[in-house]
Amino acid sequence: MRNDPTMANGQPAFPPGGTPVPDRAVEAPGDAGIAAAMAARGITKRFPGVVANSRVEFEVLPGEIHALLGENGAGKTTLCNVLTGLYRPEEGYVELGGEPCRFHSPRDAHEAGIFMVHQHFSLVGPLTVAENVILGWSRQSGMWFSPRRVEREVARVAEQFQMAIDPGAKIWQLSVGEQQRVEILKALYRRARILVLDEPTTVLTPQEVRQLFSTLRGMAAAGTSVVFISHKLPEVLAVSDRVTVLRAGQAVGTVRTADADARSLAHLMVGRDIVLTRRERAARNHLGEAVLGLDDVNAKGDLGTPALTGVSLRVQAGEILGVAGVAGNGQRELAEVVAGERPGTSGTVTIAGRPQRGTPWEAIHAGLGYVPEERLGVGIAPGMTIADNLMLKSYREAGHGPVLHTKQALQNAAESIKRFDIVARGPKTLARELSGGNIQRLLLARELSGHPKILIAASPTRGLDVAATDSVRKILAQSAEHGVGVLLISEDLDEILDLSDRIAVMYRGRVVGVVDRDDADLDRIGLMMAGVES
Amino acid sequence: MIRFVARENVPRWLTFAVPLASVVLAAIVAGIVLAATGHNPLTTYRHIVQASITQPGAFSQTLVSMTPLMFTGLAAAVAFRMRLWNIGAEGQLYWGAIGASGAGLLFHGLPGPLLIAVMLAVGLLAGMLWASIPGVLRAYFNTNEILTTLMLNYVAANLMYYLIFDSTSYWRDLTSPSARVFPQGKNLPAAANWPALQVGSLTIPFGLLFAIGLAMLLWGMIRATRYGFEMRVLADSPSVGKYAGIRTRRKILSLMALSGGIAGLGGASQVGDFSHVLDPRGLEQAGFGYTGIVVAALARYNPFAVVVTSFFIGMLVNAGFALQGPGFPVGLTGTMEGILLFCVLGAEIFTRYRIAVRLPHRPAAAPPVEARPAVPHGGMS
Repeated sequence: MRNDPTMANGQPAFPPGGTPVPDRAVEAPGDAGIAAAMAARGITKRFPGVVANSRVEFEVLPGEIHALLGENGAGKTTLCNVLTGLYRPEEGYVELGGEPCRFHSPRDAHEAGIFMVHQHFSLVGPLTVAENVILGWSRQSGMWFSPRRVEREVARVAEQFQMAIDPGAKIWQLSVGEQQRVEILKALYRRARILVLDEPTTVLTPQEVRQLFSTLRGMAAAGTSVVFISHKLPEVLAVSDRVTVLRAGQAVGTVRTADADARSLAHLMVGRDIVLTRRERAARNHLGEAVLGLDDVNAKGDLGTPALTGVSLRVQAGEILGVAGVAGNGQRELAEVVAGERPGTSGTVTIAGRPQRGTPWEAIHAGLGYVPEERLGVGIAPGMTIADNLMLKSYREAGHGPVLHTKQALQNAAESIKRFDIVARGPKTLARELSGGNIQRLLLARELSGHPKILIAASPTRGLDVAATDSVRKILAQSAEHGVGVLLISEDLDEILDLSDRIAVMYRGRVVGVVDRDDADLDRIGLMMAGVES
Repeated sequence: MIRFVARENVPRWLTFAVPLASVVLAAIVAGIVLAATGHNPLTTYRHIVQASITQPGAFSQTLVSMTPLMFTGLAAAVAFRMRLWNIGAEGQLYWGAIGASGAGLLFHGLPGPLLIAVMLAVGLLAGMLWASIPGVLRAYFNTNEILTTLMLNYVAANLMYYLIFDSTSYWRDLTSPSARVFPQGKNLPAAANWPALQVGSLTIPFGLLFAIGLAMLLWGMIRATRYGFEMRVLADSPSVGKYAGIRTRRKILSLMALSGGIAGLGGASQVGDFSHVLDPRGLEQAGFGYTGIVVAALARYNPFAVVVTSFFIGMLVNAGFALQGPGFPVGLTGTMEGILLFCVLGAEIFTRYRIAVRLPHRPAAAPPVEARPAVPHGGMS
């Protein structure tokens, strides 16, 4: 289509005046191209021991959806935090409409029409959608405001971009996907010129992703520039106009999406070709004794409603049992009941032959390894060091008497960092300074160092990039190889099909059925996920 | 326009420079208050240093003042470190004093060292017991410990008064007619008087040495023991603690008891080192438990730093006695303490943020979304 794939330093390639782009080679840089809506000029941002961004050049045009693609820790989020005024770069500057500008805080950026939707939303639960939207800034002026009028205004903006949302609904009543829409609405209501979305699709169902994309296209058509951070190639290919690839803090290239394909982008992103780990079905005679048994287990959810109803499952040593289902059908509660964090109301859980009474301590001692869905804050203590986090479960055995073996722990940590490819300055780095993939590697390193008999992995690759996903998949496959029973809970069906020996499908707290991988296909499992027994 | 910008990394020197600078600032602000109330700040400060350090016997007196504060400061620091807001060191100290004085009276026949050990043990247990009430309530019924510990302080104070003023209890001296009219506690036997270390003209109370040892022990405990590790995990995030199989309830209860026990030791030291009698009025007026919260806060809950901050507050307390007089109301020393606390805690923001000054300017208002020309998508798939 266009033969100017890399334009990291070049002028924007759209012709002036917002006329439709002709399908031909673009005029040479330097002629009257429209100015970039926003640009990063030679941004360098350092953190202690890490250069997160190194002389990054990046441009986004008015009305363009520009994807920022890169591995975990490649510097995507850092760059966007610089663009939106959360961080200040050590070198370089941000240009807005062709003029250098200096943001001191996100508020400055908001005033300039730049908004960011972070992975963790900043919404107030008890307030309504409309109230959240006007929080901090309203189109109405003066001391008084009329909730009705605000709701009408918000509804009008939502309608304009065809976003299905009830302005009067309370935030806590909304699903995660709907909450994300509120965040976007907030930016649109404040007349955003540039909207930055940090990994927006990780919390969405495929249907919601399609909805989001159509909203983004509508926004772009209305002239808003969208910066879309992602590591998922199909999504980047589906929604963006151009892609800038970051690798190890550097912008390694900007290409037109139409000129790119998954393979070339993956190569740019990782620096090598990548094929995700698959696993052959384990031979039946290789399986050992049952390491996890659930017998008619019932449990209640957070709101006191039944979350698990008559669940019976069995995992043998050396096999991976995949648990599939749409999010919120009891998978989280299943993991928590087995881990002893949530009391079951009836039924029995047996770990490696030991019946459980339902405390985390008991489950750990029976031989449970657990990678919880929520990593930071449940599986990993964010304010503690890597070394501390690594001994979170072993510190009891590690010391003789009451004293910790700190030196030993630091040594072990250094080894684990090496063995599991954790990118960090050293054992004394705080966990919260690590990127998502490294946090997950840290978690797996600890859980596997305890030589578990059964490992529960809840959404173990959610939010991870290609390389990190593959390393987690490899670790799970190897664990099964070494005789660990794995309970893999995931919303990623491909992942379940690639790794599991058997697949249990959950719907409304029940196990609809358990199928052998050899008999499983997407259609059959899809039907079961909708509650149709096969 | 002045605004605070978060620091991305805190230089090490700053963590020392900021508290020092804040003490200087507190001196300046307090100086203004002093000048406004008709006192020469410089002379007042000279008086403070004289009365707490340089005068003969003043330094020893400061050590006396700081001893109970160190116990209550440690009690608060240990609990606060785990986000357990035990503000009941006051009542727990009373219980320690009641227990230790009772033990001193009851076992009067024992040889000195043994009697002291018994007093320490009973003081510790009494404080632990009293703190266990809010501990159990918090651990098993999730009751707010700030309220329960605070309320129990009043209960403990009333109990103490009851023992001496409103009953013919074992603690009350009923031997002489005058003691019947003016209620007071029984004096402890000489064997129950704790020894003091004499270094030149300096007198170091046994309780102080004990407290310094205790501070080291607690510091090491938090850093290098399994118990301390569990404490740090729970302080960082309770859900990680639960996930890791730490028995949270037991930890809350035991830490509450530990904190109360330390305060109880403070009560024992007060009886054994200084008063040698259960003195409800003296203990209540001193308010060691509440001042201990200030000591712990200034030390940022670090047991090691409590040694330093309790000395500092001890100096002020001691100097306060010397300054008090017709021209110098008690409230003024309290005001100075308050200013110090305010400055030191308020200055903490400067270690985490730096100040950015800039001239106000407004970026050009963004045109509304609707009004902008649409740019169709060239490369859409």
